Amino acid sequence: MTSRLLLPAALRRYAGERAEVEINSGTLGAALDDLAERLPQLERRLRDEQGRLRPHVLMFVDGVSVRTGAPMETPVPDGVEVFVAPAVSGGNR
Amino acid sequence: MGLAILLIGTRKGLMIARSIDDRRTWATNDFQFLNQEVYSVAVDTRHDPPRIFAGVGSGHWGPLLTYSDDLGTSWTEPKEPAIGFPEGSDASVARVWQIQPATADQPDVIYAGVEPHALFRSDDRGQSFALVEGLWENPDRPSWVPGGGGACLHTVLVHPTDPDDVMVVMSAAGVYRTRDGGASWEPANRGIQAAYLPEDQRFPVFGQCVHKVAYHPDRPQRLFAQNHFGVYRSEDRGGSWTAIESGLPSNFGFSLVVHPHQPDTIYNFPLQADAERFPPEAKCRVYRSENAGASWEPLSAGLPKDPYYAAVLRDAMVADSGDPAGVYFGTRLGEVYASRDGGDGWSMIASHLPDVLSLRVAEVA
Repeated sequence: MTSRLLLPAALRRYAGERAEVEINSGTLGAALDDLAERLPQLERRLRDEQGRLRPHVLMFVDGVSVRTGAPMETPVPDGVEVFVAPAVSGGNR
Repeated sequence: MGLAILLIGTRKGLMIARSIDDRRTWATNDFQFLNQEVYSVAVDTRHDPPRIFAGVGSGHWGPLLTYSDDLGTSWTEPKEPAIGFPEGSDASVARVWQIQPATADQPDVIYAGVEPHALFRSDDRGQSFALVEGLWENPDRPSWVPGGGGACLHTVLVHPTDPDDVMVVMSAAGVYRTRDGGASWEPANRGIQAAYLPEDQRFPVFGQCVHKVAYHPDRPQRLFAQNHFGVYRSEDRGGSWTAIESGLPSNFGFSLVVHPHQPDTIYNFPLQADAERFPPEAKCRVYRSENAGASWEPLSAGLPKDPYYAAVLRDAMVADSGDPAGVYFGTRLGEVYASRDGGDGWSMIASHLPDVLSLRVAEVA
């Protein structure tokens, strides 16, 4: 039971230059815990060392932003796309 | 001096300059860590080959502390993050502000200062870092506030002969010292003003926005500080501080460097004020004191003559160990200037870069 994590260009180097990688279905937190085992350099760019989504990372599960509430508890149904993007708020000056 | 390298950390990447002719000319390589800030760099020459470090940050993807054992040709990112707060601390590293190798007697020890205010220590040459709990648990910490650049621990000073005696400098918390290897820390700010506080509160025990502290290893009891309004000297390793700003055009600035061979010689780059972060009179000038701050002289030979409006940040001025000593500074205009005669004459060795955040220089072969 898997879903697809779609990566922006800036993160593909941490996924073997792939534009997407498989992640487990379940909750977003569990999927990223599993990702941390397989692609730790990718996962640490999405979440901080406390397992929180980084402040300027956007994630959409099946088209819905998970920024508010408890992002890591978000259900990730089988077969959906999880889209990652840099927030426009986080760019360097 | 054989092969010298100058690490130039900028707002949007790292440039490495190399010199093989005793610092007469410098060649730069490709720009690295594109679009990522490089707030801290370090050269650890205690092993062969030397290891260079970079504290890299992205506005989106978090901080990275990485190193290279081939002078920047390739970089290593450990499988486990090199630096991070322990689980349950409810804190995360926002930026690596300082990477400081300890003394030659502790060849595997590296310190790192981060935002939020915290000190980390590595005992394996930077592969992994552990939080220095004694500082993190200091009872003053809840009252520490961020400086304009953030809640940064930006300077680490290890005593040259007593590894248990370490000082850190934080904006805006001030100077703290441990004498027991990091278990306990005491503020060391007596005499340093916090000019931005109400008049009757301007000499607090802590809370000063000290921008940089430096010392000469032959005189570890003597410290020099560039403060947020104030330039100071301490003769008792931070027990008390005395103003040494008479003769400077301004007591505001960020950088401060001690000459590598002359403990009485120091350099800074004054700025007009916190609300006017430009060189006084728009003149690009380094100031030098050769008597520990009793008097100062401007140095401008070879520096731009046109009005100059760029600042020099706290880690963007360094000195090398050559003879005569080299002094370097980088500006927020993306220019790097070097002197190979202790500041008497200057030349531009890099330009058209993003604003310069950090410099380190070393002889590596």
